[in-house]
Amino acid sequence: MNMSASIPAPAPPQAKAAGVHPRPALELQDASVVFGTGDTAVTALSPTSIRMDRGDFLALVGPSGCGKSTILKLVSNLIQPSSGLVLVGGKEARAKELRIGMAFQNPTMLPWLTIERNIMMPLKIVSPFKQTYRKDKTGAFRDRVHALLKQVGLQGFANHYPWQLSGGMLQRSNLCRALIHEPDLLLLDEPFGALDQFTREELWQIMQDLYLDRKPTVLLVTHDLREAGYLANRICVMSARPGRIISDEPVTIPQPREIGMIYSPEFVEMTQGLRELIAQVRST
Amino acid sequence: MTDSQRIRLLSTSLIIGFFLMWELLCIILNVSDLVLPRPSEILVTMWTRFPVLWPHILQTLYSTLFGFSLGVMIGVTLGVIVGTSKIAYAVAYPLLVGFSSIPKVAVVPIFVLWFGSGTTPAVLTAMVICVFPIVVNIATGLATTEPELEDVLKTLGASKTEILWNVGLPRAMPYFFASLKVAITLSFVGAVLSETVASNMGIGNVMMTASSNFQVSLVFAGLIILALMGVALYAVFSMLERRVTGWATRGNDIAIT
Repeated sequence: MNMSASIPAPAPPQAKAAGVHPRPALELQDASVVFGTGDTAVTALSPTSIRMDRGDFLALVGPSGCGKSTILKLVSNLIQPSSGLVLVGGKEARAKELRIGMAFQNPTMLPWLTIERNIMMPLKIVSPFKQTYRKDKTGAFRDRVHALLKQVGLQGFANHYPWQLSGGMLQRSNLCRALIHEPDLLLLDEPFGALDQFTREELWQIMQDLYLDRKPTVLLVTHDLREAGYLANRICVMSARPGRIISDEPVTIPQPREIGMIYSPEFVEMTQGLRELIAQVRST
Repeated sequence: MTDSQRIRLLSTSLIIGFFLMWELLCIILNVSDLVLPRPSEILVTMWTRFPVLWPHILQTLYSTLFGFSLGVMIGVTLGVIVGTSKIAYAVAYPLLVGFSSIPKVAVVPIFVLWFGSGTTPAVLTAMVICVFPIVVNIATGLATTEPELEDVLKTLGASKTEILWNVGLPRAMPYFFASLKVAITLSFVGAVLSETVASNMGIGNVMMTASSNFQVSLVFAGLIILALMGVALYAVFSMLERRVTGWATRGNDIAIT
């Protein structure tokens, strides 16, 4: 297997859907976030610029509290930038130009709904699915949920309630919910953080399959360097609070990648490099 | 025998034992019928007078349920308004507390003054008495909704109404049904109270009339009918609660009170 993991290298060609969408999927132009005013103001994010093309899989890594999750909240329009611009599909985030799917660190399944209905929730809210939700929820949409559940190894759990499932199973459902409405932009906020190593690696593989299957633009926030290296084709490193991006490098290992790869010398060398970089920014 | 079966058996024995003891004590101590009739006498009265009592039972039930339905509608509306807006919550809270602290007996004369005696004041009393617990519970349920659950819908671009329907209201359901159990009992109290003071129909009125005619066993028959009705209404809403909000108690069969 050819695995070149040198850090400075040109962007991987498969990340570009050239010509189809001239506008970048996501663009932060000097976006910053400050909570509060005056003496009590807390800068959550220093002016930051990122640009992501369609089909990119970008991993944001950095120490805790550096503003990684803040970027996701900006993109998903949960908060507004204090300055600068957040453009999603070329328009401001609140315009919802792109269909967004988001998976949080906690699975946040609604406890009163079955797994099937939880995963269907985006179809109930997002156009054009919401228009036919009443008709399709027991037909086409159900089939879709079941197909996706099968893909993540959860067939047979559609009619269970969230409290009947384990943490790993809930995280799988969480991924399904983020993907069911075929989002153009997938935002992942450490969705594998609270899992054991084996479940995590299994979900990484599932995530990779899902990504290669549909090729959405993915922004993954994580502090697991192996996760970033295995899944992403670009890694941005952020400095400690207030955060800003200090390194932006492509991962040139061709996809699909095998999970055993994360123990190969090239991969270890790459993650070591990132690790040292983060260690530096933490100490300064 | 499982624990729940044992508990059921014991509570049934306690109820039967209570009436047996009553019966026995009345016989042993030779208590006069005019002071405390024996349960067996009350039972006979209930049986023989049932055709006369039946329309009154229906009347009380009607006033209770009508007033309760109005109360639920008003309570839910107010609860949603107060629970979804922090400002509305802060502004309306003192007034709500003020209303809730009025002893509800005190409103009966006002309703009689406005609408005359009869069914209307009974319905209205049943209504005002049950509004407050519903408002408070709906508002609490909505106000304590985890922001993370709302974020799931917000990232999808859901409107405020969609979030209310899909997260807020289902999340408030356990609170709502818990309050319904309290509210139906209160409505019942309100309706009987108003009947006692100002009506010529209903079990409250029957008891009042029987009392002034020294038909003591009929008074007690009325009391027992009220107790049975109260239990029945409570049981209906308790069952409804478990059906609808089973997710909150995770199917455990413990939440009866």
